[in-house]
Amino acid sequence: MHPFRDVVVAGVHNPRQARVLEGETSLSVAIDATLGALADAGLDVRDVDGITGSLSSDLTYELGLGPVWQSASALGIPAVMEAAAQIATGLSDVVVVAAGQAGVYTERASTAPWTRPNHEFVAPYGMFTAAEFALIARRHMHMYGTTAEQMATVAATVRNNGHVHPDAIYAGRGPFTVDDILASRMVADPFHLLECAMTSEGGCAIVLARADRVPDLPHAPVWILGGSTDRIGPSYRHAPAWDLRGRDPDGIPNGYVGRRAARRAFATAGLGPDDVDVCELYDPFSFEIIRQFEAFGFCGEGEGGPFVMDGTIGPGGRFPITTDGGLMAFSHGGQTSQLLQRVIRGVQQLRGTCTTMQVEGAEVALCSGGGAGALFNDVLLLGRERP
Amino acid sequence: MSPESAPTGDDRLVPQPATIPPPTPSSHSAPYWEAAARHELVYQRCDACKRAEFDPAVVCRRCGARALTWARSAGLGTVYSWTVVWRPQQPSFVVPYAPAIIDLDEGYQMLAAVIGCRVADLAVGLRVAVEFHPVADGFALPYFRPA
Repeated sequence: MHPFRDVVVAGVHNPRQARVLEGETSLSVAIDATLGALADAGLDVRDVDGITGSLSSDLTYELGLGPVWQSASALGIPAVMEAAAQIATGLSDVVVVAAGQAGVYTERASTAPWTRPNHEFVAPYGMFTAAEFALIARRHMHMYGTTAEQMATVAATVRNNGHVHPDAIYAGRGPFTVDDILASRMVADPFHLLECAMTSEGGCAIVLARADRVPDLPHAPVWILGGSTDRIGPSYRHAPAWDLRGRDPDGIPNGYVGRRAARRAFATAGLGPDDVDVCELYDPFSFEIIRQFEAFGFCGEGEGGPFVMDGTIGPGGRFPITTDGGLMAFSHGGQTSQLLQRVIRGVQQLRGTCTTMQVEGAEVALCSGGGAGALFNDVLLLGRERP
Repeated sequence: MSPESAPTGDDRLVPQPATIPPPTPSSHSAPYWEAAARHELVYQRCDACKRAEFDPAVVCRRCGARALTWARSAGLGTVYSWTVVWRPQQPSFVVPYAPAIIDLDEGYQMLAAVIGCRVADLAVGLRVAVEFHPVADGFALPYFRPA
């Protein structure tokens, strides 16, 4: 029996995302997200008996959910996995995973201030996310000859997905060519500005439910086929080396963080990369897409650069990526909501309700979160067919 | 670095001004910063498995032994990976600067920054040597210069 046979993704919701959400707070965004996801599932707040996510304590109080099972798993896929396990083990029936962020980071003179390391061995060297991920990308370029054009192809593909998406913060900003990407100013070599995630405000929520609690869902149910999370250490405190390993000198290096998680996810699902129809990959920086295709086994080591060329990852390609525009163009609402939004887009793809970049007949979606520059990478497999 | 995106300014890599925020040592990293103030680069070596360990550890990250002994590095190594930051992470930093991971000859890696050359000189495999520069509160920060 599949461990998540009785766990259905019942509701999802993205409230409005924006560079700045005037008048909103993180809590108000998360409340809108939660209520929207419950409405999407045809459920009421009184049906909720579990909640997780970074604002779970406030949401429990403000929405009057208590007494309720509550956790604070924050980072997207781990929170979804926790909620799914909670239901699969019979400990909860309807669990909300919510995130929201607004009015938190107002320091516009700095780059991605929430990633500024408060750590003595990296802070004095002016590190921040783009530099962390650049050190990973540069090593791969050195080892395998990965090119600026290959990385820019990723960025153009993701940004063009956002360009046509009416709810994306950067809707209508494109279209972008590879040359446009390469002509944008350098932020942290090899990353040009248009190869980096935006910074914005926003939120989202997902409702998971035991299948027999939602027999009359207003839309196609989506199922959790498998998933796992990989962690190497705390983000942005230690040198992000490609070859960083744990105790096992022959173990998977940080450069391929996510590989163990992908193997476990595929094993639980009884599937492999060839069974995936759409790749909702986390896109903090262009190179991370190339790296994840290698880490997850879609191509061989060092083959990720050529793999993303020739239309494979674009509209109508074999493995369309990040179809709403992702962190580069849809939203990057701070620490956690963008990590959950890859899962939401995967659900929308499998429901067949995307108004743009719908992958026709999509049966299996792979969603991810994190990256090697941050020493973590998570994988979730979703499907239309009950496992 | 494509020419059209290069700022018109200088592309020489120099140490940051001493006004950047100083490090905030912990109790087990204090020996590192005390040595740095004397312009000595140190690391830990595991008495049991001989692994070179950095940044400062409580137990050996490979074998778990608690007996870690501070040792002095010759400060020579090669660039393992590098980047050039063109937009400062915070206003006290002067761009461009070049964070890099250095492979020290003693067998460990550390994050630092490369100075004393131009952006175009940066490369994986570049031989470098440590050089200390002052920051606030009496601290000295190791940088690496082409050797």
